[in-house]
Amino acid sequence: MDDLLIAGEKFSSRLIMGTGGAPSLEVLDQALVASGTELTTVAMRRLDPGAPGSVLDVLRERGIKVLPNTAGCFTAGDAVLTARLAREALGTNWVKLEVIADERTLLPDPIETFDAAERLVADGFVVLPYIGDDPALARRLELAGCAAVMPLGAPIGSGLGIRNPHNIELIVEAASVPVILDAGIGTASDAALAMELGCDAVLLATAVTRAQRPEMMATAMRAAVQAGRLAHQAGRIPRRRYAEASSPTGP
Amino acid sequence: MPAKGADVDIVVGGGIVGLSIAWRLSRSGRPVTVVDPAPASGASHAAAGMLAPVSEVTYTEEPLLRLGLAALRRWPSFATELAADAGLDAGTRPAANRLGGGGLDAGTGPAASDVGLDAGPEPANRLDEAGASAAVVSGLSEAARAGLDFRVDGTLAVAFGADDLAALGELAAFMEKLGLPVERLTGRECRRLEPMLAPSVRGGLLARGDAWVDPRRVTAALLTALDRLGVPIIRARVSELLRGGDQGDQVVGVRLAPSDRTPTPNRTPTPDGTAVPNQTATPDQTPTPDGTTVPQTVTPDRTVTPDRTITQDGTITQDRTTAPDQGPPLADIPAEIRGERVVLAAGAWSAGLADVPVRPVKGQIMRLRSPQPLLGRCVRGTVHGKSVYLVPRGDGELVVGATQEELGFDTRVTAGGLYELLRDAHELVPGVTELEIADVVAGLRPGTPDNVPLIGPSGTPGLVLATGHHRGGVLLAPLTAAILLGEESELAELCSPLRYRDIS
Repeated sequence: MDDLLIAGEKFSSRLIMGTGGAPSLEVLDQALVASGTELTTVAMRRLDPGAPGSVLDVLRERGIKVLPNTAGCFTAGDAVLTARLAREALGTNWVKLEVIADERTLLPDPIETFDAAERLVADGFVVLPYIGDDPALARRLELAGCAAVMPLGAPIGSGLGIRNPHNIELIVEAASVPVILDAGIGTASDAALAMELGCDAVLLATAVTRAQRPEMMATAMRAAVQAGRLAHQAGRIPRRRYAEASSPTGP
Repeated sequence: MPAKGADVDIVVGGGIVGLSIAWRLSRSGRPVTVVDPAPASGASHAAAGMLAPVSEVTYTEEPLLRLGLAALRRWPSFATELAADAGLDAGTRPAANRLGGGGLDAGTGPAASDVGLDAGPEPANRLDEAGASAAVVSGLSEAARAGLDFRVDGTLAVAFGADDLAALGELAAFMEKLGLPVERLTGRECRRLEPMLAPSVRGGLLARGDAWVDPRRVTAALLTALDRLGVPIIRARVSELLRGGDQGDQVVGVRLAPSDRTPTPNRTPTPDGTAVPNQTATPDQTPTPDGTTVPQTVTPDRTVTPDRTITQDGTITQDRTTAPDQGPPLADIPAEIRGERVVLAAGAWSAGLADVPVRPVKGQIMRLRSPQPLLGRCVRGTVHGKSVYLVPRGDGELVVGATQEELGFDTRVTAGGLYELLRDAHELVPGVTELEIADVVAGLRPGTPDNVPLIGPSGTPGLVLATGHHRGGVLLAPLTAAILLGEESELAELCSPLRYRDIS
């Protein structure tokens, strides 16, 4: 599979993992290894990067790049502050920007997100914003200097899959930065579909961490992302209403 | 008698695990010494005390379930023997004592003890549960039930909204596959059992065999029992383990920190006996390895803790259990203690003394108080995917817990932590907002990578581990002691520290 390129950095895995919801660090560790991920997000609120034995140690030990996120922030101000604290604590200027509109849906707030993105880009961050499946907003964020856009397939943790594949296609079509399908993945076929639609990567957490057998689901997701990417590159056949014989004719 | 010389087991850590081990060892005839700068003030002081292995089952954690079930089976006889050793009697009604004797409401309203506490909540419900919980209750003395507030009334896990209900349904199927006795209930059935539940409850799971206990009463009873057995409790901080033996590869005792011989928990006793956070305790302060940083207890209303007094050295004693052992005078605390075995039971601080994979996992928890119990059994709930539990005590105390935060040794109580607890508790039981806030605490659970404790011989001769109990210290305390006494060889395998190669 070809490399994923974000802000000039290469990743051979196109599966980005989240860490929330794992029953134990050991289970998380096994799942991360099985997923083959090279980039993993960590919620910076309620995490002390200096504390030994935390999830960060697991990532460091596995050589997985940490992508701090601003989960739990409701305003641009909170998000910018959290991103700066993360940069200071972790020594990375990458941030997955997440500004939530309400606790019930956890849908991203587009206005606060855009506001924070502008400020963070100006402050030298590599910004990967989590957004709704809105092609116009995705385009605007790219123009504002974001290093990628991360539209949702469905609300966080819902496992509903990709509710509007058409919008994801529109976002992919217009984007010249990587499109990372974030949130909503429930099972392997959802991840494969995201890649078939042309997304550059998939980010998921709950689908693996809350599965009955997380390690096995991580293996499935890894394969699905690869399969979807290959299928996308191979070029699918056009859909036809009627059969087309595959054997007798041809060269 | 105070144990002297090398033929003694030194238990490092006086939380519920360390004290339980010391008590069982001493009872079996072993000379034991406990070392802790402030016994019973760490995670045991914060813990809610749920003995709920069934309702706490999660995917991937079957080993923990096996341990929990075995531990629950041990609890009734453990509690009964403890109540006897501590001299608790059946008349020790926690409710009447606390509210009647402590002056909580003296003159400010109807006497709390008049509202039928002695009858217990909802006698009618107790009848239909009598059969199911008989197995657990058999062997539980009235003294243990009353003195430790040991209850076997089951846990009700409830769900709100279709999503949470579906998740609960899947969990129920998983539990049934594991052969666990749970019953699925409709929303109306849940509310018949617990009328204070919000009308929006959609359904629930009842685990009738789950129990709970008041950990503060248990540790107080353990301290009394140890005092009666003559077990010394040295109130000092262990600075390091003493290495010795032929190759210097053995643990032969502990060194006590000279500068910390005066216990310095970061709260200051006030004249009326309540605790306030010490002004000098900065949030970022790094605690010492064996736990001299104790949770900060914030007591908004200074009259709400009539049952507790803070002694001059900052330790907490509870009513009915007089301070059992204030330890020897400080001048008598030796620089080191040698022993045959060192049992490391220092909870979240264990990694400061030995190379063990234990990390602190912060939990904020609050205790509310009402004149009469709001609930008859433990209630857990998922509210939009987040879980919260409520544990009722006989005296009207209602424990609401708990956050899980990876913040190192931080024990600050935060607005966000309490907000989340109350927000979710209020969704479950709207009436909680009418209750008085009695106590808010942040404690540190000792977490391991696989959530299973480390119990048994370490790779180092002379060093035995009893740590890493994470969320299950209270439940697993009797089992931990049993494992160390060689009574549970099969389960000992599950928690053997040797599953981690690097331990020393």
